[in-house]
Amino acid sequence: MYDFDFDVIWRSLGYLFRDGMTFTLMLTTCAMVGGIILGTLLAMMRLSSYRFFSAPAGLYVNMTRAIPLLLVIFWCYFLLPYICGYVFHELYKISPKPIGDLLIRIFGYQVQDGTPLRIGAFTSSVITFILFQAAYYCEIMRAGIQSVSQGQMGASYALGLNYWQTMFHIILPQAFRNMLPVLLTQTIILFQDTSLVYVLSITDFLGAASKVAQRDGRLVEMYVFVALIYFVICLFLSYLVRCLQSRIAIIR
Amino acid sequence: MAMIDIQHISKWYGSFQALRDCSTKVEKGEVLVICGPSGCGKSTLIKTVNGLEPIQEGEILVNGISLTSPKTNLPQLRAHVGMVFQHFELFPHLSVRENLTLAQVKVLKRSKAEAGEKGLQYLERVGLLEQKDKFPGQLSGGQQQRVAIARALSMDPICMLFDEPTSALDPEMISEVLDVMVKLAQEGMTMMVVTHEMGFARKVAHRVIFMDQGRIIEDLPKEDFFGKPHTERAQQFLDKILVH
Repeated sequence: MYDFDFDVIWRSLGYLFRDGMTFTLMLTTCAMVGGIILGTLLAMMRLSSYRFFSAPAGLYVNMTRAIPLLLVIFWCYFLLPYICGYVFHELYKISPKPIGDLLIRIFGYQVQDGTPLRIGAFTSSVITFILFQAAYYCEIMRAGIQSVSQGQMGASYALGLNYWQTMFHIILPQAFRNMLPVLLTQTIILFQDTSLVYVLSITDFLGAASKVAQRDGRLVEMYVFVALIYFVICLFLSYLVRCLQSRIAIIR
Repeated sequence: MAMIDIQHISKWYGSFQALRDCSTKVEKGEVLVICGPSGCGKSTLIKTVNGLEPIQEGEILVNGISLTSPKTNLPQLRAHVGMVFQHFELFPHLSVRENLTLAQVKVLKRSKAEAGEKGLQYLERVGLLEQKDKFPGQLSGGQQQRVAIARALSMDPICMLFDEPTSALDPEMISEVLDVMVKLAQEGMTMMVVTHEMGFARKVAHRVIFMDQGRIIEDLPKEDFFGKPHTERAQQFLDKILVH
């Protein structure tokens, strides 16, 4: 019979939460905020009557949803530095002085070398998750915008508000409230999905636990603990969704 | 110069023609009532006057400004044309006070205090001052429609458009909305009203338009319209709705 030693959890608690959980929560928050903003813009584009806007947005959303997340993670992490390096190098060739200075100022990146841009694990994962989640948030926001009656738009226009004012003050606030439960449910999924960055050997919560588990040979204990923590957090978030839902509902 | 000048407009939804060569004028201070069977295009006609429904042919001048010209600043023009809708269309996520002030602040660039004062002044005129902090969903239909009228009025409109303002109301609430509208008409507001309320038309209208199948087939002073309309179709319509 296997000899369990749950003390390993206690010993590594600081590392697990200070390094691992912090990364996971930071990544989730950044990806959620960025994803919702980008997703909302995409949704507005998708609903546009101009094909110039709606077609690319539709293509992006359908393509992103057709690719496995794991693939996108690998793609961004390994290829993005080369793509950025290439693009910046091409830009640099067009006008060396201003672009070169700008890149050094923003990224500390010496473009002359032609080396890939060092993006870093965190930035790379944030970009990945924003790009990926935006497709899902887009579909949620699209439904949300469509859930607001057409008459609201007419009334807003009739008062002299323009498209952006109408969207910002009238349509989106209602769309957000109508869709909040679904947006948060999607965020819970995102929170779980962030554990996939483990494949890049990044120290997120799962990554940290896995490192300790392999070092101390305590796989069962650590993975049980990780599962438990994910379960508790998601349960808490679901509870929060239900509370919020009744509090911010529009009075009808 | 007429306040609203509609010149030979036509509109299509795909292959369906909703408006056929409609022309009419509303002078300053005049009250024009538009009636007709459902689906005849009266709502579409009134929505073209502030550009909510684009037209494919013809021209509309509001206070001398062409709606169809690409140079016209449409939001700016709409800000001075009040509109009241069948389903009220108050903004449900904003309080009554915010409903009244939002466009004043964002479009007319009034200060919050000035907008609030103006809004509450009109809210008092429609008799709902004590409801200022409620949300639209907490008000009855009639109250919501009166708030919607106050919202349009607080933009200091040069004319008002009413699109079946009482059709979605319980019978008991119709009169409270009509009272507000009658008062407004008597004060000399230029009004274009789509309605089935013939009592209202008799009381305050100067002219009545009767529409059928996208055409304006009667455009008469009120007395002539109710006395003896020129076409048989309008006579049939009147016989049916005035029977009770």
